[in-house]
Amino acid sequence: MNLVFYFLQQLVNALSIGSLYALMAVGLAMVFSILRLINFAHGDLIMVAAYIAAFALLGKLPLVVTIVLMLAGTILLGLLMERVAYRPIRGAPDVAALLTSFAVGQILQNGTLLVTRLLQRPNPLAFPVISALSGVFTFGSITIPRVNVLSLVLGIILLVLLSLFVTRTDLGLSMRAAAEDLPAARLMGIDTNRVIATAFAIGSGLAAVAGLLFAVQAGQLTPYMGFTPVLKAFIAAVIGGFGSISGAIIGGYALGGLEVLLTAIPGIGDILPPGLVAPGVQAWLRQWLPSSLTSYRDAFVFIVLILVLLFRPNGILGSREREEMG
Amino acid sequence: MSPQAQGPIWERAAGPLVAVLALVILLALLQVTGLAFWQGLVINLGIFLILVLSLNLSNGFTGVFSLGHIGFMALGAYASAILTLPLREKQEYLPNLPAWMAGIHFDFRVGSFPLGFLVATVIAAFLVSLVALLVGLVLMRLSGHFVAVATLGFLVIVRVLLFNADNLTRGSRTFSNVTPYTNLWWVWTWALLTIYIVWRIKRSPFGRAMFAQREDRWAAQSIGIEVMSPRLLAFVVSAFFTAVAGSLYAHFITSFSPTVFYFDLTFKVITMLVVGGMGSVSGSVVGTVLVVGLTEVLRRIEDPSQLYGMSGIVLAILFILIIIFRREGLLGQREIALDRWFMKGGGTGSEQQITNAE
Amino acid sequence: MLELHEVEVAYGNIRALKGISLSVAEGELVTLIGANGAGKSTTLKTISGLLRPKAGTLLYQDQALDRLPPHQIVALGISHCPEGRHLFGRLTVTENLRLGAVQRRDREKVPDDIEHVYKLFPVLKDRRAQLAGTLSGGEQQMLAIGRAMMSRPRLLLLDEPSLGLAPILVGLIFETIQQLKREGTTILLVEQNARLALEIADRAYVMETGRVTLQGPATELKHNPQVEHTYLGT
Repeated sequence: MNLVFYFLQQLVNALSIGSLYALMAVGLAMVFSILRLINFAHGDLIMVAAYIAAFALLGKLPLVVTIVLMLAGTILLGLLMERVAYRPIRGAPDVAALLTSFAVGQILQNGTLLVTRLLQRPNPLAFPVISALSGVFTFGSITIPRVNVLSLVLGIILLVLLSLFVTRTDLGLSMRAAAEDLPAARLMGIDTNRVIATAFAIGSGLAAVAGLLFAVQAGQLTPYMGFTPVLKAFIAAVIGGFGSISGAIIGGYALGGLEVLLTAIPGIGDILPPGLVAPGVQAWLRQWLPSSLTSYRDAFVFIVLILVLLFRPNGILGSREREEMG
Repeated sequence: MSPQAQGPIWERAAGPLVAVLALVILLALLQVTGLAFWQGLVINLGIFLILVLSLNLSNGFTGVFSLGHIGFMALGAYASAILTLPLREKQEYLPNLPAWMAGIHFDFRVGSFPLGFLVATVIAAFLVSLVALLVGLVLMRLSGHFVAVATLGFLVIVRVLLFNADNLTRGSRTFSNVTPYTNLWWVWTWALLTIYIVWRIKRSPFGRAMFAQREDRWAAQSIGIEVMSPRLLAFVVSAFFTAVAGSLYAHFITSFSPTVFYFDLTFKVITMLVVGGMGSVSGSVVGTVLVVGLTEVLRRIEDPSQLYGMSGIVLAILFILIIIFRREGLLGQREIALDRWFMKGGGTGSEQQITNAE
Repeated sequence: MLELHEVEVAYGNIRALKGISLSVAEGELVTLIGANGAGKSTTLKTISGLLRPKAGTLLYQDQALDRLPPHQIVALGISHCPEGRHLFGRLTVTENLRLGAVQRRDREKVPDDIEHVYKLFPVLKDRRAQLAGTLSGGEQQMLAIGRAMMSRPRLLLLDEPSLGLAPILVGLIFETIQQLKREGTTILLVEQNARLALEIADRAYVMETGRVTLQGPATELKHNPQVEHTYLGT
């Protein structure tokens, strides 16, 4: 296969995965910027969204209805989460909120398990095929799954809309103000409860979209599927500069690119068409970057996270100064 | 920290000794009656107690929240299991071990005492402590939720490594054929040792330093308390005992895979820790007993009705309620003062910690 | 318009206000002067809802303030320009001004009000797309006052507007405050610069360690020997 086409294919992959990560990371970043809370249950929102969609589709509901249900359900859940679990502990030390988010996640996971059983569905649950989203596009020798293109396009549209909302509208402005200085925002007469609820609602909505796309790509659902995505979303947000929406977006795409890089480069020794590089180089690549390294990809991603936390805690966009939070 | 109970040492030691004696009698009874279910439950209790105490040392004392400790448990489990595998089984079961490892087998006994098991456990735990030292050096400078997530990353990294190290760990396949060395006595001896050591650390200057910097890192540093070494010490020692728990666990259930040592287990241990009270040794005991007991009761309801997931929800709700309404846990940083039970003049049994605003 | 009666405020065990009473009539410019730590800022924070009083009554146009959250107090028409300004450094000048108006009902008037602020402070207009954090001290103070004005307050609480400013700018700020008064805003001004404060105020209260020790028309207090000695340095 032509190297250029291979590169293009991987680029689209990277951008589409990046869109998913960005959609997830933005929700985390919004909540964190205002509340200093890392909401690990965010990943479980993604999972719940996927399950709502799955159950709806299995119940033979039309696609549009499914999507509406999924969005509404996830947003409601996000708002409920905020009201019941997080509002009572506002002002508590960071770790308390973090732990609470884990507990909320446990409730969501076990609840989904329970509901799956009550509805007599299997676990893992196969995600029903959506004909509009399945299949591939082919350009010459490149094949790109349709859902990847959709992730990319939808992701970009939603993120652009979000940016407009945040910069142009008053509510968005209030959110940015609250993120920078919550007490001062209260002084301005901003109803901080409303702002926080909005952040949760938007984050949950974006998570729902990500959940659907994720489910289509994964094909199979388990109640624990939200765990790794939320960790990745967190990494994305940190890489970009934790607490800022633009950082989360950049981080999301950076992480997507990094992951594809880590997946594509190992094994590149085998992919390269013969003659493109010297045989010695190719052999060296084969030995040191074997395709089996791909399975270490998640570990590498976390090592990157730790490096970023240590050396550039304010992310790619941030400055070098370390904000001690001890 | 409040002063230790004053008085002659035989009076102070009486309380704890009586407690230990009672435990020994209880264990002997259990062993004799041969009720496998209850023995298993008490063994589980002991293993969890070690895990919770270790996590308390690292998280509760210093306030540095590690979410990756189960990674140490996993490493301890695999390391000790590989070490105790008898020679022939090793060759059949793990054919691709590096030569120097294939030759080691700590399955020897002295009389009927499985010394090899002890040696393997200690060596495994020691190796894991070294890993913890490295990890700690890197991560202890972070704070708050960042160290929490970084250690969570460690958990994931360990899992990925275990899944991929086929030659050592059989990768995603179940690692079985582990000799069931673990019994009531092993578990509870280690548990008592852990209680003792964590207790001593709490009362030592190191312990005081840990608690001081837990409340306010900057204040502590400004009065000259060094922050890094208490944290690191707590982290490494807690990793040691967590690895011991891993070894005990491995030789109890005798077959496991990397999926066991992941987030659900982490959350369970954290729940016990939080319920009992971060910073209190007695709290860890109370919390562990409560949660293990509650889990058993819930399981009785869950199994017949097939409502799987219900126990997880109940525990999580309990967790949230404690965080909202009684964040310091049932005991906070207080201890049940066993050493006062037999003192002249009595003592009703709780000493307060004097810390900066709690 | 505003009446405080025997208000007590405590920070934990520290009693900051030990029963102060003051009043501000509509259209007046009243100033609170006193040394550091006298409780002047605490008084303003209690009025705007950032702090809750332990005892005493706060009435604004016969409505009790002591149980209301800050954003509702702002909605009543009270705007607090805090000590240290607390601008949103990562937002632009215009955005900071818009924020001041964010809870107003009459959205269509907001652009006019922004223009009004720019007329008062032409320098801000030049810098309207700049991040507030990059402005100089004087410009930031102007922006803070402008932002407080954006909520069209009936009662404006100003906390140490001259703090850290060069004398020339202080003069400009005080002229602006007088202009605001001329336009009908009632102002409660907390100031360390007693001389200037007494120049422009109608009435004044002197505070010491949580109590009001002197009060009266500004012209009187200006010539009061105690005030002269302690605060005016004569």
